[in-house]
Amino acid sequence: MARSDVQLMLGVKAGDDASFELLLEKYRTPLVHFLFRMVRDAATAEDLAQEVFLRVYRARKKYAPSAKFTTWLFRIATNLALNAIRDSRNEKMGVSIDEGANGGDAEQPRMDVADKRPGMVERMMERDRAAVIKRAIQALPEKQRAAVLLHKYHDLDYDEIASILHCSESALKSLLFRAYETLRVELAPLVATKD
Amino acid sequence: MRKEEGRKKGNMNCEKFEARLLAYMDGRATEAERGEVELHLVACAECRARVEEFRRLWGVLDEAPAHEVSPAFDARLRARIAAEPRPTLLGWLLPQPRLALAMSLLLAMGAWISMIPPAQNPNEVARSEEEFRMIKDLQVLEDLDVLANFEALSEVPPAKQTEQRKM
Ligand SMILES: [Zn+2]
Repeated sequence: MARSDVQLMLGVKAGDDASFELLLEKYRTPLVHFLFRMVRDAATAEDLAQEVFLRVYRARKKYAPSAKFTTWLFRIATNLALNAIRDSRNEKMGVSIDEGANGGDAEQPRMDVADKRPGMVERMMERDRAAVIKRAIQALPEKQRAAVLLHKYHDLDYDEIASILHCSESALKSLLFRAYETLRVELAPLVATKD
Repeated sequence: MRKEEGRKKGNMNCEKFEARLLAYMDGRATEAERGEVELHLVACAECRARVEEFRRLWGVLDEAPAHEVSPAFDARLRARIAAEPRPTLLGWLLPQPRLALAMSLLLAMGAWISMIPPAQNPNEVARSEEEFRMIKDLQVLEDLDVLANFEALSEVPPAKQTEQRKM
């Protein structure tokens, strides 16, 4: 039987490097995905994910399984992401995380009229859809964004997300409801054509 | 049995339905809640349309792009972990300085309590019990602190950690 996250973390606490490797293997991708959608920038997302694992490692001796492991892990990730977003907003100079992705050309799909290869238009439309969805999620206020990401893509329970975002479960539900309503409006053209 | 009272359709009005929609759609609703929602859906075309729209939004959100983790991620992390300060010999002898402190406090308190004459006044008993509880809770408080205020922990400068180990 596979060991639970808590058992693995207790292994890390006891000095077992293999347990840490297993947690890294399991949560590397979910954490990077979450952070990428939070901060909009791949390099920052990876830096923050590294930071999450480092903090888990540093706290190993003090680890006590009094909360679900995922709650603990995503709480660290959420706090780091919110701090990074605030820091970048407070920066007077330079490109902020929030503007970086939207300002850069690389993120915007461009129509190349000269390209007539079959399937090109379909592929471009696909990329276009993805970019529109990404922008809609990133336009949500941070707390709503975090709530939607944890709920939709990481399948955390209401009580876990509520504890990460320091709000009540009923407050979380209305936060989520508002966020999905906003997304429904923003993505109306895509929603209408979705089968 | 269906009652048509005001805006109530089927077994509930549309506002009540709205509050249930999320848990219904994400599959976290209980069997009973699902039943209630479905009863309303039979009676209300507008809410049926909302459910359908929500279902499609759910599918649209599945298309959100993700960033693939770069291959160097693990190697970089392992290098950073290898660079973390290692426990010193003193740190090994006293792996948990705060626990050691709590233990010695407990011992001291034990000695102190045994010195108290049997006919003490009730206030003192209450106070020493409270202090005992405080020490008993020390480890628990530390754990809570780690969970609730995680950042503070890792921001302890390395110099201070060394100092602690020397205790
Ligand atoms: Zn209705």
